[in-house]
Amino acid sequence: MSLIESRLTMAITYTVLGVLTFVTLFPIALLVLNAVKASPEIVQNPLALPSVLRWDNFTRAWDDARFGTTLLNSAKLTALTIVLVCTTGSATAYVLARKKVKSWKIVTFYLLATTTAPIQLFLFPLYFGFARLGLINNIFAVALVYTAIWSPFAVMLMRTYFLAIPKEMEEAALVDGATPWQVFSKIMLPMASPGILTVALIIGLYSWNEFLISTTFLQQQDKLTAVVSFFLLSGQYSSDWGEIMAAALIIVLPVVILFVALQRRFIEGMAGGSVKG
Amino acid sequence: MHRLFLIPTLLINCLIILIPACLTILLAFYSWDGMSSPRFIGFGNFVTLWNDRIFWRAFQNNLIWTAIFLTIPIAMGLLAATMLLVARRGRTFFQVIYFLPVVIATVITARIWQGMIFSPVTGIFGYLQDLGLPIINPLSKTSMALYGVATVDLWHWWGFLCVIFFAALRQVPAEQIEAARIEGATFFQMMRYVLLPGIRPTIILMMIMTVIWSFLVFDFVYILTQGGPAFSSEVLSTMAYRKAFYDLNVGQAAATSLVISLFGLVATYFYIRVQTQEGEA
Repeated sequence: MSLIESRLTMAITYTVLGVLTFVTLFPIALLVLNAVKASPEIVQNPLALPSVLRWDNFTRAWDDARFGTTLLNSAKLTALTIVLVCTTGSATAYVLARKKVKSWKIVTFYLLATTTAPIQLFLFPLYFGFARLGLINNIFAVALVYTAIWSPFAVMLMRTYFLAIPKEMEEAALVDGATPWQVFSKIMLPMASPGILTVALIIGLYSWNEFLISTTFLQQQDKLTAVVSFFLLSGQYSSDWGEIMAAALIIVLPVVILFVALQRRFIEGMAGGSVKG
Repeated sequence: MHRLFLIPTLLINCLIILIPACLTILLAFYSWDGMSSPRFIGFGNFVTLWNDRIFWRAFQNNLIWTAIFLTIPIAMGLLAATMLLVARRGRTFFQVIYFLPVVIATVITARIWQGMIFSPVTGIFGYLQDLGLPIINPLSKTSMALYGVATVDLWHWWGFLCVIFFAALRQVPAEQIEAARIEGATFFQMMRYVLLPGIRPTIILMMIMTVIWSFLVFDFVYILTQGGPAFSSEVLSTMAYRKAFYDLNVGQAAATSLVISLFGLVATYFYIRVQTQEGEA
């Protein structure tokens, strides 16, 4: 669809879009600029270019936030969550998309309801329960919590991809005598794989960035995620903002690169999960 | 056979969400410090909350938050989305830029704003102060702390709405827009009679989600102000968290959570209605 507009309209349009671009990029520019600046220079003028590039901000940030350990923890947690959500979620999404069980309506309704359940509604008993069971500081336990919270969203999104697969594919396989499991794993799953990849990306993004759950359940020094470690660093050494911004950049950079490279998938997935696509 | 496919999802969901949620409902009627055995006190926790000045402050802040997020980011998102529709070059570029803050961790966004913008020592605000401008760190003022936090969340959030509205606007049938143009509709008439009605379901859904999310807001408040100064930016979720893990008053925390959930529940009802209606169609 296209609107052919006058020059004036175009000028106004691009001015508005430009202003919004500036507003969006300004804080990000400050992040990048001050990550390579010496602390006294930031105090002097956060907008000025650095007189010397201080790469040692990054090495100090790496040591103080113990990124060697914490980034690895984040990666483990993210990978575990992705695997759990995609395996359990895809099976559920398939069954709900094809209305394979009589109770599909109730299950859908229940999952929709839990997407909007506030974390505080279950956080406190869950924490004290996990404490009793010795599951605090356990990365797998946190991955399970993430799975519970995000799989309803993932199921709803994957469901739309299963809906798009023609019914004939499935029927043909059934006629050939395939079991339900074979139909799902050999035919449906490969065909829905673009959708599952999208879900994996979004769930990965969520668990990499998550704060409330990880700060509550992972408190031991060697179990912290990168984001929580950054939170503690920026509270502790709050005078050295060069170092803090360098630490922030270390966490943000892989995410932004991945996002820009695969932006279509990210945007369609995130929009599609909350709005029917 | 197919029932087995549902078991993993439902099992994890029940263990992590449903059972603890039921326990929260029970706990709201008990006095519990997290360790000793809980003591039943009926509506005691709710009575305490009712008489708690901070609870009402937090409640009011959630309402203000909802009002802010029902208007400003939705208006910004709609404006930018229509502008994207008019602009034919650079659509992807602008969308990617506007969406960037959504993919940055909330902790990091919070710290950038805190240290690089609001801070009187290391931030833009401090620099402007040195230049003689009468500008103060909103996070340190009781009258402005909540709005300071909301500004950060706004920056982080509006691009998401823009992208969603733009996706919806592109679904508006081209014939309708063409017809309106031939009739000589102005830009505002086009908005009022063609584009906005065309994406009404999306706007309503986003408004429902806004109400739900506004009662859940936690990260930015907790990181930027911890609800301070003097509880001026306290919201219900940070209050519940503080009661559970700092005051070890889990019963009252549970009661506060129930209040949050009640508001979410009303919005959830509309959310499910809209979602299932669209699903059937």
